[in-house]
Amino acid sequence: MSPSESPCKDRIIFVTREDHETPSNAELIAEDPDDPYEEQGLILPNGDINWNCPCLGGMASGPCGSQFKEAFSCFHYSKEEVKGSECIDNFRNMQECMQRYPELYPQEEDKAESNSGSASDPPTEGSALPSETDSAPASSEPESAVPSDSMSPTDDQTAS
Amino acid sequence: MLKCRTAWKKLAPLARASSTVCRQNVRRTGLTNGRIPALVPAAHMSTGPAGGGGGENRLYFALVGAAFVATGIYAYRTVKGDKQRYQERIDEISSRPSKATESDPEPPAVPEPEPQAAPSAEEPSPSAPDVPSHTPYLLIGGGTASFAAARSIRARDPNAKVLIVTDEPDLPYMRPPLSKELWFSDDPSVTDTLRFKQWNGKERSIYFQPASFYISPEELDSAENGGVAVLTGKKVVHMDVRGNKVKLDDETEISYDKCLIATGGVPRNLQVIERAGDEVMKRTTLFRKIEDFKALDKVSRNIQSVTIIGGGFLGSELACALGRRSNESDLEVIQMFPEKGNMGKVLPEYLSNWTTAKVKREGVKVIAEALVKSVTCKDDKLEIQLKDGRLVKTDHIVAAVGLEPNVDLAKSAGLEVDSDFGGYRVNAELQARSNIWVAGDAACFYDIRLGRRRVEHHDHAVVSGRLAGENMTGANKPYWHQSMFWSDLGPDVGYEAIGIVDSSLPTVGVFAKATAKDTPKAATEESGTGIRSESETEDTAVSPVASSLPAPVVQQNKDDYGKGVIFYLRDKVVVGIILWNVFNRMPIARKIIKDGEEHADLNEVAKLFNIHED
Repeated sequence: MSPSESPCKDRIIFVTREDHETPSNAELIAEDPDDPYEEQGLILPNGDINWNCPCLGGMASGPCGSQFKEAFSCFHYSKEEVKGSECIDNFRNMQECMQRYPELYPQEEDKAESNSGSASDPPTEGSALPSETDSAPASSEPESAVPSDSMSPTDDQTAS
Repeated sequence: MLKCRTAWKKLAPLARASSTVCRQNVRRTGLTNGRIPALVPAAHMSTGPAGGGGGENRLYFALVGAAFVATGIYAYRTVKGDKQRYQERIDEISSRPSKATESDPEPPAVPEPEPQAAPSAEEPSPSAPDVPSHTPYLLIGGGTASFAAARSIRARDPNAKVLIVTDEPDLPYMRPPLSKELWFSDDPSVTDTLRFKQWNGKERSIYFQPASFYISPEELDSAENGGVAVLTGKKVVHMDVRGNKVKLDDETEISYDKCLIATGGVPRNLQVIERAGDEVMKRTTLFRKIEDFKALDKVSRNIQSVTIIGGGFLGSELACALGRRSNESDLEVIQMFPEKGNMGKVLPEYLSNWTTAKVKREGVKVIAEALVKSVTCKDDKLEIQLKDGRLVKTDHIVAAVGLEPNVDLAKSAGLEVDSDFGGYRVNAELQARSNIWVAGDAACFYDIRLGRRRVEHHDHAVVSGRLAGENMTGANKPYWHQSMFWSDLGPDVGYEAIGIVDSSLPTVGVFAKATAKDTPKAATEESGTGIRSESETEDTAVSPVASSLPAPVVQQNKDDYGKGVIFYLRDKVVVGIILWNVFNRMPIARKIIKDGEEHADLNEVAKLFNIHED
């Protein structure tokens, strides 16, 4: 570490890779996962779905918001062996609604594929829900399932 | 007794349903016509369980009947009262002096028939009015904060009806690309499409959502699942907090349950320019909206010289954008400001100097420590006289000298305006008064960690808008998730920042000793930055660079700020952090600020950022 001469107000420190090799001894306060002030992830501490999660983009707030919420809630609380198998109607409603707004919900196959994440897809038995479940974030850490509907150009970059 | 309990259970939902229906009907009838059919619930309750005969049902019927009558009486009384209040209000409105502006014959921006202030009591209007006379959620202003709030409200309140009122002709859009990405687009029709390429390569529009996302204001009332409606080209000119309603510039009144003020601000201008007359004003751009972008784009193609006054974010970004354009055309781009270097109020001096050098390399003629004394128009050219005697001749001026928060409604609404920071004064939950919240550029709020402040950045508009939306739907959360901001000035300077980043605070900057690997490719072609002095990887470095290195520049400290992290301190606590050419570390920075701890050795804190990695 080579300290440099500079006015007292603005200190400048140059560090090499080796300087920073030793782990930091700076102390950070432990996080409280249930802190109500904090931004919550997709699933709230009490198990409910956080519809306002930035990860959902505009899915819960758009024109098909209520259909999406019904379908996803049904899936989330489903206790069936094949999770969400009783939610076919909800997902169909959602898909029908989304088809009315192709601008907002582009029906792209490859986008749907990439958004499935680690989804335990119910439709092993049928082809009734190929793309709908894929477009709904099914894991707790989904990528943005929304067709490019982020608020900020660096949304993904700064998601925290 | 079981009978009672069963009866009560049966009754409860019915009573609830009937009272809801009753309330809805009351509201509707009270506002649409003067006549009130009494005992409205009668029709609806007839669909209730018409029990069969039998003794045990008699008690049930008695209870139902009693509730029925009670509800009916309540309804009648409320509706009567409403009617009276409504009449009083109509009288009061009509007795007010009419506005000087010819608002009646003025053709509305949106091709709709003249909206009625409050439908007259002559006859029941068969169709819904063009502008809803009441909305549960009213958002004043159609920018980033407003859209974020709308989305938040819709996510949390199922089937919420949200009305956005904006005086701009456009649907909600994001501002940062207007001074960055849109200028770098290869598409010649970018001023029409307004599409840009994001950092991840994907293209998108600056509009948050296309028009199909929204419903029209006429449909808002009747929309079964609610929605977001945007009323464009209308300005809210008066706010009646006691009556929970606002008045538009065309005399329309809209009442609300919850209201958000997200009116943003208006670009400031230099007094010398305002006083300089029409010829100068004609050649001056105040940059904020889409129309300003389109106008500046057009102008910049037809002139020889443009001068940007202002050395902050907007001024520097526009200077770099126009400077890059000057490579293709003959456009002379000048930037002048009172500080010593670009971003002088944000970056510590050494970094500000470094940035200024980069800006110059983008093709901008930077005139620092420039105070404008007067501006005149001579022979179709603008002449800017500086206080130190220098004279600058140019064709067009872009003034980027700050934002004046829009607090027009403070007077009529009786809202407090902050004297230190400007804007509406709100608490930590962004609330100004009951049912009124403020978010975005116009909000001077209490930050639990950093104290009272007002922030004019995009992410803050998103964060505060979201928070306001959450609190409007009952969350009661304070401002806690710290917003961030970023800036890109050319290929070498990209930084993200969070918290209070004020150059008057003491700073500690920790920079990676640059090696050949760290340097961006572009910089290696240009000398003068003094990178790569005695690093061991010099042997593998590109040899042309070694030869172009100017001899005296070997000293490491000089111009060596490739990547690093800068801490801003207030009373030994880190209140702001800049991530200099280091990305994806914002969560760590946010955590450090949130903790608000005194750290003895900031180099140890800097280790957390792993600045040597990509």
